[in-house]
Amino acid sequence: MTLFGWIKPRGSAPVARDRLKILLAHERSSMRGQPDLLALLREEIMTAIGKHVSVLPEKVQVRVDRGEAVSTLAIDIEIPFAGAQA
Amino acid sequence: MAQVLVVTSGKGGVGKTTSTAALGAALAQTGQTVVVVDFDVGLRNLDLVMGAERRVVFDLVNVIQGQAKLQQALIRDKRLDTLWLLPASQTRDKDALTANGVARVIAELKEKFDWVICDSPAGIERGATLAMRHADTAVIVTNPEVSSVRDSDRIIGLLDSKTEKAEKGERIDKHLLISRYDAGRAARGEMLSLDDVLEILSIPLIGVVPESEDVLRASNVGSPVTLCSPASGAARAYSDAVRRLKGENIPMTIPSDKKRFMEKLFGRRAA
Repeated sequence: MTLFGWIKPRGSAPVARDRLKILLAHERSSMRGQPDLLALLREEIMTAIGKHVSVLPEKVQVRVDRGEAVSTLAIDIEIPFAGAQA
Repeated sequence: MAQVLVVTSGKGGVGKTTSTAALGAALAQTGQTVVVVDFDVGLRNLDLVMGAERRVVFDLVNVIQGQAKLQQALIRDKRLDTLWLLPASQTRDKDALTANGVARVIAELKEKFDWVICDSPAGIERGATLAMRHADTAVIVTNPEVSSVRDSDRIIGLLDSKTEKAEKGERIDKHLLISRYDAGRAARGEMLSLDDVLEILSIPLIGVVPESEDVLRASNVGSPVTLCSPASGAARAYSDAVRRLKGENIPMTIPSDKKRFMEKLFGRRAA
């Protein structure tokens, strides 16, 4: 916790927003009967990365932010140090 | 041409009935004829919120099943002669509503009124889908809270697939009404902000109703908040929403209750 974090505690709203975004991205795709885009991307990215470095499935975060004109796809992969050297 | 509006949300307790009564009364005050229809068969409450609970003789189910004529079931508001109520049945369940019966009643109401406002029950079952079935416009009532936002997203999906308009390939007009909003808590990051909810649901905003003591007082006395406390923040939010529904372009504000000096100083509880 930073000094400013202590003076001005960060609220829980950003957590709520991020949880909702991830949840609704999943629910929207499954409601429309389309394959779950996020799950598919996650799997294919894992396969591609896995060819070169070893990553743990839970260390891969894939998220989509829906905007009016464009949507952005953010992929966050944590590569263990040993894995990176392999 | 009559407009059919559904007030819906998915989640219960977010303010659908309060909003139906407040929007209906505000619309009727502009001189247009309005009927508010309670679709919550088995758990009717619009009559109570409108202060007409002792005047109910026949209801929507009676009309659908041919036991009463529409004129016999309609209740005229005692304060506004352009506002009418069609109550739901308290003793039946939602299966008493039939698709054909609802279609017939809505068609008949459209001939008599400028606005038909359908107060949807919570959930996504028969009552809710029949309430939205014939709508031209939807007002989705959402609280800035995770479960309400999630359920609203689900309802938006249903509005785009299960309504008559959607099935004909047309688009239903969808408007977001955020209720129980606390601007202070949102600014401190304790509550989802307007921008958060708008970004997630991505439908246009029709109004922001602040958390307000006047809303409870209005339901206590059986009067829509727009009639009971017209100067309150909540009433002004609903009146602005009605002007936007009618096509006026007015800037979006979050009306707040004007607190008296002592209340400001000590907070409402102490005052």
